[in-house]
This record gives sequence, C-alpha cells and structure tokens, in this order.
Amino acid sequence: MSAKFQPGDSVRVRLGAPPGHFRTPTYIQGKTGSVVARHGAFRNPESLAYGGDGLPKQFLYLIRFDQPQLCNQYTVSPQDTLFIDIYEHWLEPAGC
Amino acid sequence: MPRVHDRGGWPEAGPINQAEHDLSLWEKRTDALLVLLASPAKQVLRVDELRRTIESLAPDAYEKLSYYERWITAVEALLIEKGILTREEIDRKAEEL
Amino acid sequence: MHEHEHDEHAPITDRDELTYYEKRVYAIQSLLIEKGLMTADEVRRAVEDMDARTPALGAKVVARAWVDPAFKARLLTDAKAAVTELGIDTGTLSTLVAIENTEKLHNVVVCTLCSCYPRPILGVPPDWYKSLNYRSRVVVDPRGVLKEFGLELEQEIEVRVYDSTADIRYLVIPARPAGTEGLSEEDLARLVTRDSMIGVAKARMPDQY
Repeated sequence: MSAKFQPGDSVRVRLGAPPGHFRTPTYIQGKTGSVVARHGAFRNPESLAYGGDGLPKQFLYLIRFDQPQLCNQYTVSPQDTLFIDIYEHWLEPAGC
Repeated sequence: MPRVHDRGGWPEAGPINQAEHDLSLWEKRTDALLVLLASPAKQVLRVDELRRTIESLAPDAYEKLSYYERWITAVEALLIEKGILTREEIDRKAEEL
Repeated sequence: MHEHEHDEHAPITDRDELTYYEKRVYAIQSLLIEKGLMTADEVRRAVEDMDARTPALGAKVVARAWVDPAFKARLLTDAKAAVTELGIDTGTLSTLVAIENTEKLHNVVVCTLCSCYPRPILGVPPDWYKSLNYRSRVVVDPRGVLKEFGLELEQEIEVRVYDSTADIRYLVIPARPAGTEGLSEEDLARLVTRDSMIGVAKARMPDQY
C-alpha cells in the first residue's frame, strides 16, 4: 500500500454525506489545503462503526487550511490557520 | 445541512458556557462501563460504534440531553443491538431500583 | 442555538429518588455483572483510574519539557514514548502529538464532531470543551473564542486551531512564562493549567498562583 499524497501537496476535501458514520466535518468539505504530514495508516472508522474490521487501513493526513480560505469575516489575521486530520479517501488532488 | 453532531463552522452559535460541574457517580459509572466494554480485553463494543449511535439520536434529543445522558442512551442501544441485553430486562431491573 | 445547561443535572444529595438515566446506568451495570461481562471490582477500578487522571499529569510533562530541551525534542517527535518515560501510563491512547506554543504561534484544540481529548494525560474534558457552542465556533472564529476565555493575542501571532477528527490526540505545550528561570520543575508545573494545555489560555505567571 502506498500513500497517495506527500507533505506539501495541495489537496481538496471531497464533498459527501454518506448515510453512515464518517469523520470528515462538513465545514471543511470542498476546501483546498496542503498536506503537512502523514500520520500513518489507521483502521477506517466508517467500517469500525458498524462492527467491521476497518480494513483496508487508510492513510491519515494532517492538512493545513488558511483561516481566511474558510470564508469567514471573523478572523482578521491572514496568517491564522486550521489543522485537521483527514483520511486519504476523503482527499483529492487540487490540480488546476 | 450537516448532521446534528457535525457542529463545526457556526461562528454565531452563541457564547460558551464556561461553568463546570464535577461528574456525579452515575456519570462516572457510565464512563467506566464504556471504557470496560471497549477495552482490548473485552471488545464488546467500539468507541466508533458509540459515536455512530450517538450521531443517530434524533437531533432534538442530541441537543437536549447532557453529555453522559447521550452516552448511556447509546450504550444501551448498542447492547440491545448486539443482543447482549434486551430492553425488557433493563426496564425490569430499572424498576427494581 | 440553544446550549444545554448542565447545571440542572447537578447531583442532588438529599433525595432518594433516582433519575431515569441513573436507573438505566445502574440497571445496565448490574445486568452486565450478572451475565459475567464485567465485575463490580472492574467498574470500581475503572472509576478510580478515571479519578486518578488529572491535568497534573500533563503539567508534569510540560514542566519537564520546559527544563529539559532533549526531553522536549523527544516529546515533539514521539509524545507517547516521551510521556511514558515519566512513568505516565497512556492507556489505550492510540497516537499522541505534542504541539508547541511560541512567541509567534498559538495552538488551540477542539473536536468538532464529538469530544476527542488526550484523556490519559489530562483526565476528562471540561464541560465547555464538549459544548456545542465551543465546537461550532472555535474553528472559524478562534480569536473571538479566545477573547471570551480572556485571551487576546496580537495580530502578528498565528492562531492555529487543531480539529481532532481521528486517532490523533493533541497536547498543547504552552510557552514558558518570562521570569521563571529560577523556578524548580515542581513550581513550574503549578503554572501549567489544564486550559493552557488545550490552548484557550497561556500558562500562569508566577505571581498568579
């Protein structure tokens, strides 16, 4: 199993609201960020939540977003950021 | 519209109540039951299953119940789902208390 | 948005009537014991273990990191291993990551989807950490939330919010306050509050305790 993304890659969080359990918050879906680090591979909570074995494991990445990109008028400092852990199958390359 | 547990991203949600309370015995017991049931030694249920069950609560129940009320409601639902306990025997036992 | 008031669930000591939820917990517990799935002793020990885990454990870790650069380096590389060095049992914690606050960077942690928290080293999370309003707001209005907690940060500082959505638990290492050079590790630990390890506060100044 090889990881799809490397630190520095630009990625977009997929849009989705599958009927079951998933760990990708709505507020970050569709947003573009960059990979900070790869935590390793973990059992998939979408399977574990239903008594499954969580396999195949999914790579988990720490993704950085610029706070202003989250489209809010509250944060006035352009350097503020949001870091969040996202599983690989919820990420796609943010190519132009 | 995000599901009820998916709270992030609402800047105008209102002030944060910073009052804290010490956990009461039933809250600690609820926590202990989950920790034991999810422990590597027992593996009766998983934290992921607990989350899934809490997320399946009716939205108004999710918002009205306290933290450990959500937990015990979900632990009960999971134990019934897994056929470990029945609603009837829990009702009967609760009546005796 | 309505925020549930936890105060109405405060334990009432001079009553003999159990609430609906208390009855459910105690009924489930005794049935699980009757069926041999757990023992009363195990439940008692689990509660004791919960009571034993307090932010004092995290404070010990932070104070060591402040006085021992080599330890801090190990903590930032593999927090679970570093914490274990201090004799702290990390229990079932999967992965712990320590994040350092500096003069230029302020980290603050949330779990918008539930209540993920580094419990083995900080104990159970405070009510506000689990509250709907904290979870809703801090990811998009961190400075507004921090201000509500009494912390106003300069515009030049990067405010970095960590939303812990998966197997990773985050521990903030607050910046060491100025003027603490002469303090012992034990005295330093007293400056490290729970809130400073979540990131809604700075560590105390020596004259504050």
